[in-house]
Amino acid sequence: MDQVLEYSPILIQGTITTIELTVASAIVALIISFVVGLSRFSRFAAVRIAAIIYLEFFRGTSAIVQMFFMFYVLPLLGVHLSPLLAGIIACGFNLGSYGSEVVRGAVQSVPRAQHEAAVALNYTTYQKYRYVLLPQAIPVMIPTFGNLLIELLKLTAVASLITISDLTFMAQIIRVQTALTLEPFLIIMVIYFIIASCLVGIVDFIAKKINKGRNITVRKGI
Amino acid sequence: MNPIIEFKNVSKSYGELQVLRNLDMHVEAGEKLALIGPSGSGKTTILRILMTLETINSGHVMVEGDYLWHQKVNSELVPASEKHLRKMRENVGMVFQQFNLFPHLTAIANIEQPQILVKGVDKSDATNKAQELLKLVGLEEKQNHYPHQLSGGQQQRVAIARALAMDPKIMLFDEVTSALDPELVEEVLNVLRVLAETSDTTMLTVTHEMNFARDFADRVLFFEKGQIVESGPPEEIFRNPKEERTRNFLKQIIGEIS
Repeated sequence: MDQVLEYSPILIQGTITTIELTVASAIVALIISFVVGLSRFSRFAAVRIAAIIYLEFFRGTSAIVQMFFMFYVLPLLGVHLSPLLAGIIACGFNLGSYGSEVVRGAVQSVPRAQHEAAVALNYTTYQKYRYVLLPQAIPVMIPTFGNLLIELLKLTAVASLITISDLTFMAQIIRVQTALTLEPFLIIMVIYFIIASCLVGIVDFIAKKINKGRNITVRKGI
Repeated sequence: MNPIIEFKNVSKSYGELQVLRNLDMHVEAGEKLALIGPSGSGKTTILRILMTLETINSGHVMVEGDYLWHQKVNSELVPASEKHLRKMRENVGMVFQQFNLFPHLTAIANIEQPQILVKGVDKSDATNKAQELLKLVGLEEKQNHYPHQLSGGQQQRVAIARALAMDPKIMLFDEVTSALDPELVEEVLNVLRVLAETSDTTMLTVTHEMNFARDFADRVLFFEKGQIVESGPPEEIFRNPKEERTRNFLKQIIGEIS
């Protein structure tokens, strides 16, 4: 165990890389979730079809293969991505496909009557989504987004396969250099679990904050 | 005088079910109309067509002398664009059976937001107007409550204030008391009675409350199977209906009440 602890600097470095990868991919995934999810309601068939193709492609193929494709195949086509960027894009695009379904489902869960009220008040389509549908849909999305965020954290371990020095990659290094197997993997398991618990805590906090406005009796400031 | 609303030979069906059959109808500016008749007779559909929530299959609907569901492009009539519909919607406001308030906004914000977003009114002017209207419907003390903290009758009164805030020339009331507990019906109807008395807005109400229809309306239209069976002042329709079908309907309704 002492032997492994000597390697704590690279474990810390791996933890930071894993967190960076998770946060950056989460931002990419979140943007894609909304863009692709809302495109499903476009009045233009081409936009809707493009969104469905995106969804089915990234949901229907393996994340590892997508990552290998970005890291090993794209350079052959003249596109060179750093390992970290390839990892962020692959994780973000993959999770974004699942996220887009969360956005679509949540927006669809807003009752038809709310659309009609917005039309009757002569809102534009943009105003209807921005001020009526999304404020009601986003609280519905949060818990499922929380689950996806944990999935994303676990997915980043795959990025070690394209030479990103994340936690899993560092565990491999320690294993090779010390010939210990149980200890490094046990330690990173605990670290993954701690990161995941923190993410759950953050998502719960956001959910509480968002729901708070609905339950208080008087809103100040108006 | 030109009618503010005109239906010319309008038909509408949902699949096999025909809800409006070659309907002709006209409404003068400022008229207060009550639409009565058995359910499925097409009354609500008329309101929904006027609010552009339902399209028509054939015929023409005119509002303020302009085609509602069509527009003229190079002197040819083509189906209305979203832009045309937005312009036409400025004339019309609607209050729904289920209130349809925005649940994430307080009562006052429900009334302010459409004014700010759609009419471009300043926030402070929107607030003033919202407060005035809340006072009109007797809810100035509930302005910071969310819809789920209000009774059905209170929610419906907020919804009425919200529609009024947009200054429509035509107001549509679609069975606005049908979703309410009986003891809450009167508070909403009283607001509408006051409106009918004091406002020169054209108003169409679909209702099953015959006493209210009598107070509210200048003219009552009795519908059956997507057509107007009889039309006239309330005294005439309720005291002395000409048509057998009107008599039967009223007998049935009054039978249900007593």
